[in-house]
Amino acid sequence: MTDTPLPNSPTRLRRWLDGLHSAPAKRVQFDRPLTPWAFVLPQLLVVVVFFYWPSVQAVTSSFYIEDPFGFGATFVGLENYQSVLASGEYRSIAGFTLFFAVLVTALALGAGLLLAVKADAVIRGSAQYKTALISVYAIAPPVAGLIGMMFFDMHIGPFVTVASWFGWQMQVGINYWDTVLALVLVSVWKQIPYNFIFFLSGLQSVPVSVREAAAIDCRSGWRRFYTVTLPLLAPTAFFLLIINVTYALFDTFGIIDVMVKDKPANNPITLVYKVYLDGFKGNDIGGSAAQSVILMGVVFALTILQFRFLEKRIHYG
Amino acid sequence: MLKTASFAALALSMSALSAFAQTEITWWHGMGGRNGEVINEISQKFNEAQAECHLTPLSKGTYEEALASGIAAFRSGEQPNILQVFDAGAATIINAKGATIAAEDLITGAGKPFSRDDFIAGVRNFYADSTGKFIGMPFNSSAPILYFNTDALAKAGVAAPKTWEEFEQVAPKLKAAGYIPLAASQLTWMMVENFKSRNNQQFATNNNGYDAVEGTQLIVNDDAQVMMFDKLKEWADDGYYGFYGAGWADNQKPFEEGKVAMWIGSSGSFGGLQKTAVMPFSATYMPYWAALGEGTQSFIGGAALFAMAGKPAEQNACTAEFFSFLTSPEVQVYWHENTGYVPVTTAAYELAKKQGWYDQKPVAEVGIQQLMLPGGDWSKGYRLGFYPQIRSVMEREFNRIFSGEVTPRQAFDTIQSEGDALLARFAKTAN
Repeated sequence: MTDTPLPNSPTRLRRWLDGLHSAPAKRVQFDRPLTPWAFVLPQLLVVVVFFYWPSVQAVTSSFYIEDPFGFGATFVGLENYQSVLASGEYRSIAGFTLFFAVLVTALALGAGLLLAVKADAVIRGSAQYKTALISVYAIAPPVAGLIGMMFFDMHIGPFVTVASWFGWQMQVGINYWDTVLALVLVSVWKQIPYNFIFFLSGLQSVPVSVREAAAIDCRSGWRRFYTVTLPLLAPTAFFLLIINVTYALFDTFGIIDVMVKDKPANNPITLVYKVYLDGFKGNDIGGSAAQSVILMGVVFALTILQFRFLEKRIHYG
Repeated sequence: MLKTASFAALALSMSALSAFAQTEITWWHGMGGRNGEVINEISQKFNEAQAECHLTPLSKGTYEEALASGIAAFRSGEQPNILQVFDAGAATIINAKGATIAAEDLITGAGKPFSRDDFIAGVRNFYADSTGKFIGMPFNSSAPILYFNTDALAKAGVAAPKTWEEFEQVAPKLKAAGYIPLAASQLTWMMVENFKSRNNQQFATNNNGYDAVEGTQLIVNDDAQVMMFDKLKEWADDGYYGFYGAGWADNQKPFEEGKVAMWIGSSGSFGGLQKTAVMPFSATYMPYWAALGEGTQSFIGGAALFAMAGKPAEQNACTAEFFSFLTSPEVQVYWHENTGYVPVTTAAYELAKKQGWYDQKPVAEVGIQQLMLPGGDWSKGYRLGFYPQIRSVMEREFNRIFSGEVTPRQAFDTIQSEGDALLARFAKTAN
């Protein structure tokens, strides 16, 4: 693959996409051509029923303005998309979503990695440390949101009390940036254990011989980590990057829903929460469908970008 | 022996028969906690009171979730017989002609008596069409009222204000006595919708939206409405009003804790407040502006029950039976006394009064009395499409007002333009 710049013609696009799924290492031959289809059929059915069919529905609905009860639908072409993209509110939510995803991913990955490296080095009582760090993973996002909401509650929250000792009148739910802080902290906290588990197992799969060789060559612990351990962790880190971006974009829904208490007012929300608000609370099916189609496009682009540009730099042992 | 066995068999077949003969109907609602329990109790009373129909109530979460579930179910032909829809969602369901059977038609069609005049004035129009025909059956109805901490008012040596002008007199004294004078939950309901109703101000064109969907526009960036929020902002800056965000409970809590002297909440909050308030309290009507008028009745809050279309006739007959049962004075009083929502019929109000309920709990009478105040042209109700989304826009802008990002004038200009855009979109959904 030499065509690194983005493709600009259909043929190049075809070639470019073909490159995404390279030929499998081993081809299995079946005597009857239909047998493999029989094996994949259940999986295909699940994908079609639960993904393709709703996607087609969403795309169709996005071209209509529809009575919620389904009595009348007016074909409006791209008007739903135009009004979504022209809305300053939507653009600012999109901006926040980007900011939030980058921040949550970076912090959750960083903290998970730091804790994993430190826990890996602990010799005595390491099992207890690890259990303590992993246990948070068992908490469901809405419950995490509930716990976070109590910590940051404007009347009873202990964090708010602590902040007030330093003269900071924290108002989660009223002040935009105070709410951002609370949302980011709770979302990161919830995701750290997941990253921790994977980084820890990644670290433990770095061969002892490699570590010892590195220890002989270099005294600086940081440099050893940076030049030897980190590259060997790259496959884990890449996997976690995708998982964390998806988490920040979609799975934080439960946390946001609980923390903004169903009434977002001017509080920060993400694009997927906006889809829910307009569709389920506002009963605006067309507008909500257009937003979810835009979101599908974003995810599609993101996935391709990640696999195309990042995965190539990763060496799978 | 044989006799007992055959008797048992007979009893069994009888009960099986009666179970078969019963018509099953379902009721989806959006209430939880104690209110949800009372719904179950009322349904059980209905099932015990007659043999033909069997009603099963089912909680679908919040009001919004109940409406969304009802819509999704209707689209797939699985709708319940009865759906509870809240005030802000009224336009959505009423404008979807063919989704419901008008409650009035349903009841009279089943040969049961029905008179609009049986209902108290404040609930007659909100869920009715522009001719006054009941589309929805008013169910849990509430009014925004002013609760006050009696200790705080005694300490400051003031009486509860009837008007906002009086509030401006008492607020400094309450502040001097160490209280935040005022808080209010859900400003959309209190300071916009019921600012309009209490002060008899027009809320939207086309007769508050009742006459047509096409071309309906909000009237919210007028001087009077902006003045209300200019005052609120001024009071907040002076420490006379505490703004605690868009969440209902966040604004109620400081009142329960005795930090805030007066709180505007729902008449339906009374039951809960009795358990949570740390201090003695009472209530009075929500204040109005003497400069604007005499203080007309408020809009009802809460929700109504809608009979969904597309059901067999015998089920509709059961729904009609239940609607009649629900409006009987005994059931209304049971609902009223157990939840704090107001009774919707005059007969029920009279019964509660006769039973001495208001001698025991004077606060319970405030909401219904406020709904029975003289009405004005603009205190009957409003019918605005996509209104839950318009409320969200208001909530967003109100947070911005109190964090100082925008002035009330700018906020209401935004609400006006975004609200009108939503109304125009809604007009396109109507067929």
